[in-house]
Amino acid sequence: MALAGLLWCIATLLGTAVAAIAMARHRSATTLVYGVALCACVIALAMAGWSLLTLNSLGQALTLPVGLPWLGAHFRIDALAAFFLLVVNLGGATASLYGLGYGRHEETPGRVLPFYPAFLAGMNLVVLADDAFTFLFTWEFMSLASWALVMAHHRRPGNATAGYIYLLMAGFGTLALLLAFGLLAGPAGGYAFDAIRSAQTASLAGAVLVLALVGAGSKAGLVPLHVWLPLAHPAAPSHVSALMSGVMTKVAVYGFVRIVFDLLGSPVWWWGGLVALLGGVTAVMGVLYALMEHDLKRLLAYHTVENIGIIFIGLGLALAFEANEMPGAAALGLTAALFHVFNHSVFKSLLFFGAGAVLTATGERDMERLGGLIHRMPFTAFAFLIGSAAISALPPFNGFVSEWLTFQAILLSPALPQWLLKFLIPAIGALLALSAALAAACFVKAFGVSFLGRPRTEVARDAAETDRWSLASMFVLVTLCLLAGILPGYFIDALAPVSQALAGAQLPRQEQLDWLTIVPIAQSRSSYSGLLLFLFIAMAAGVGAEVIHRWASAATRRSAPWDCGFPDASPVTQYTAGSFSQPIRRVFGSVVFRAREEVHIPPPGDASAARMHVRLHDVPWDVLYVPTAKLVNLAADRLNKVQFMTIRAYLTLVFGALVVLLAVLAVWQ
Amino acid sequence: MAVALDLTVQLGQMLIVLALAPLLTGYVRKVKARLLRRQGPPLLQPYRDLLRLVRKEVVLAQNASWLFRVAPYLIFATTWVAAALVPTFATGLIFSQAADMIAIVALLGSARFMLALAGLDVGTSFGGIGSSREMMIASLAEPAMLMVVFTLSLLAGSTQLSSIAASMQGPGIGLRVSLALALVGLIMVAIAENARIPVDNPATHLELTMVHEAMILEYSGRHLALIEAASFLKLLLYVSVIACVFVPWGTAVSGQGLDAYVAGLGIYAAKLAAAGCMLAVFETVIAKMRVFRVSDFLGAALMLGFLATLLLFVSRVT
Repeated sequence: MALAGLLWCIATLLGTAVAAIAMARHRSATTLVYGVALCACVIALAMAGWSLLTLNSLGQALTLPVGLPWLGAHFRIDALAAFFLLVVNLGGATASLYGLGYGRHEETPGRVLPFYPAFLAGMNLVVLADDAFTFLFTWEFMSLASWALVMAHHRRPGNATAGYIYLLMAGFGTLALLLAFGLLAGPAGGYAFDAIRSAQTASLAGAVLVLALVGAGSKAGLVPLHVWLPLAHPAAPSHVSALMSGVMTKVAVYGFVRIVFDLLGSPVWWWGGLVALLGGVTAVMGVLYALMEHDLKRLLAYHTVENIGIIFIGLGLALAFEANEMPGAAALGLTAALFHVFNHSVFKSLLFFGAGAVLTATGERDMERLGGLIHRMPFTAFAFLIGSAAISALPPFNGFVSEWLTFQAILLSPALPQWLLKFLIPAIGALLALSAALAAACFVKAFGVSFLGRPRTEVARDAAETDRWSLASMFVLVTLCLLAGILPGYFIDALAPVSQALAGAQLPRQEQLDWLTIVPIAQSRSSYSGLLLFLFIAMAAGVGAEVIHRWASAATRRSAPWDCGFPDASPVTQYTAGSFSQPIRRVFGSVVFRAREEVHIPPPGDASAARMHVRLHDVPWDVLYVPTAKLVNLAADRLNKVQFMTIRAYLTLVFGALVVLLAVLAVWQ
Repeated sequence: MAVALDLTVQLGQMLIVLALAPLLTGYVRKVKARLLRRQGPPLLQPYRDLLRLVRKEVVLAQNASWLFRVAPYLIFATTWVAAALVPTFATGLIFSQAADMIAIVALLGSARFMLALAGLDVGTSFGGIGSSREMMIASLAEPAMLMVVFTLSLLAGSTQLSSIAASMQGPGIGLRVSLALALVGLIMVAIAENARIPVDNPATHLELTMVHEAMILEYSGRHLALIEAASFLKLLLYVSVIACVFVPWGTAVSGQGLDAYVAGLGIYAAKLAAAGCMLAVFETVIAKMRVFRVSDFLGAALMLGFLATLLLFVSRVT
């Protein structure tokens, strides 16, 4: 009974949360909380994996007598839930392992320890929920637990604002989901997912899609609802940042998939176009934001926005194909998106752990104050390098495989009958290609400026390698990045029941193919073998090294850098993050961010320094959020009058409201 | 028996691209020199350069890290593997299933990623300028290349280079506007990716406009030899891709026997010579452009590729 076992794991996590409140001041509390969380997550991970491989299409269901008295709390584990539980608990397990080391540096454990297991439990519960009330309740629980973690260091500058904006956006998102479920349940009000599925009466299906897109998209970080994400994710402690970026955004993707693919019934073609377009715009905007950023953790958070975009491109394609009754192609789009969900959770956690290790070692998140860390932190640097290559979609790592699958899905789209989609999807393909190339540029910047070169400050020069727990956790993820990259066939096969349940078809079995090649459609059409490529590269590098070391000179001499005969003594003459991205800022930023550079050069004879100032506009913020905030303020000012009226006036208001309501009812009937 | 022949062909292909790559570069240099009425270095000069470099000692900068020493091997290996997967004189290579055209583009991306990191490793301003500009150029060239790949694969119904080459030889293709646009886009990308004039100058050194040379400024000895070999291979790769897709005639097909392979090899050499000649002429008649004009150049390539894809999406009858 995997479901009961999972619920026990969640109960353990909740119990740990309560216990942590009592004993947070105790010395061994950190070890205990993260140790218990690690065990619970590993057990849940094993059960989720087992369920994914063995469950039948119906799954297992369970109703607990808590929650609304006439509804109870429904839980169900099916293939989709099992896959997302796998992602959640893999992230949870590695974050807990990391926390065993990283958590010791925490100044205020009392603000982190109780909320950490609660957050994990919340994410698990959302995925298991099988009725609207439980789903929304656990969704809010997850949001609030993560909010508390964002506010753990609430006295640091900027964190309070981050928490405030996060709370607003989370509330807004939940409101949209609440309305979506209201429409789904219809006038009969059957809030169990089974009732919604069998009723299929959603007359306003398009509205439900938009509400789900707003509700889940704001949690996942779709542009323009992403504004809270790069503020809140970096503000939390690094292992929680990893969970929020790597896992919680995936829970949001789960919410979207559950509502749109499972509960809503058959899609209409324009849904696919809308979702994929939002995904494409999100991908490019996310990576461009990241390129302009020089705070390491915030850069990673913007990359989460980018990857969510890539996931939504896959989901949109799947919807478009499903609407046109092309189940094979829909299965490809969906598998690509879900595989990217897994891949992104792996490498994004890895990168946040690396950033956390840097933060512990130097106390700095600003890349302009780092540099040369590869000498002091070789293992962290190696892990971060692999994560960077994986997120930049470079073969033979895992990020490439899922992007390759997405490209293959895009190439199937000329068969779609709608003209708008015919125009739109090539453009989305171009956006995806652009975002992949820009991501590589961004991670050359992130890794190159933080880890390579010469240390720019004393803290960077004196950094020390991080602890073993953190390293162990990072290397588990490094292994997964490589494994999923060179053996993608097994992962695609494991996703087959999910795509069978949601898209009505699955990709051909991959595991029996020679050299573990993956063939999404047909051999003559496209194939990719990460294993062969990996072996080839290893062999070619080995042959090259062997030949050179046998016959060539092995002499090596250390000397001062050459630098065209003009070596600069000071490390400030190195390229910085800002100067690295300057060409890209000139090419793209002048349009997207209305970037302006102002250079002030003192007049001849004046020996003072020249200054350059770069002005960037965050267009969605200026266009959408600032006017909304102004409008709310204005309305609040006006409504303020209502606060100071006489009793008589209030009674008149109440009476008027009643009359209006009755009139509306009368007209309605 | 057939498998043994296929394996030989694949192995031969790997060795042939490695052996021919310096010759192509030497040939282009020679033709360029003749066009400028100079004698020019001998054809075999690139081989001699490589040999001399591997015999010299490596002078490493004091703060160079392990990444700096590992990168040349990885750059060479990835580029070599990518070049070995492009059909040159024969299609239907036994391992062609390992990577389609998207994967080959991504493999070159991996090599570039390592190279750009190596440029930043020592922490000099020249290395930084090279890496930064290389990534800016790549951020436009790679999508442009992918759009060209999209165009070709929509026409051929496949992203496998062998299938594309086969379908290009077939009757159903004919002359298409999309193909012309894709060819122009691909040539522009090839020029940018190989650091040729007008985007970058391969003959330059110690110049503020250099890109590729700036990244590898700190390399010497065997490391430099590997990186040079990788850049020779990359030029050969792009010429081979263009030849394989747009001039597919004369390529041997798997199972045709030995004489077909020999003929294919001869025709391939002729194609290389013709392409090298055209490249040299093009480089001689055009001037290098400013770095920030490059984005216009590659933006045009991206738009051409996009237009080619769009025309196909629109014109396709299904």
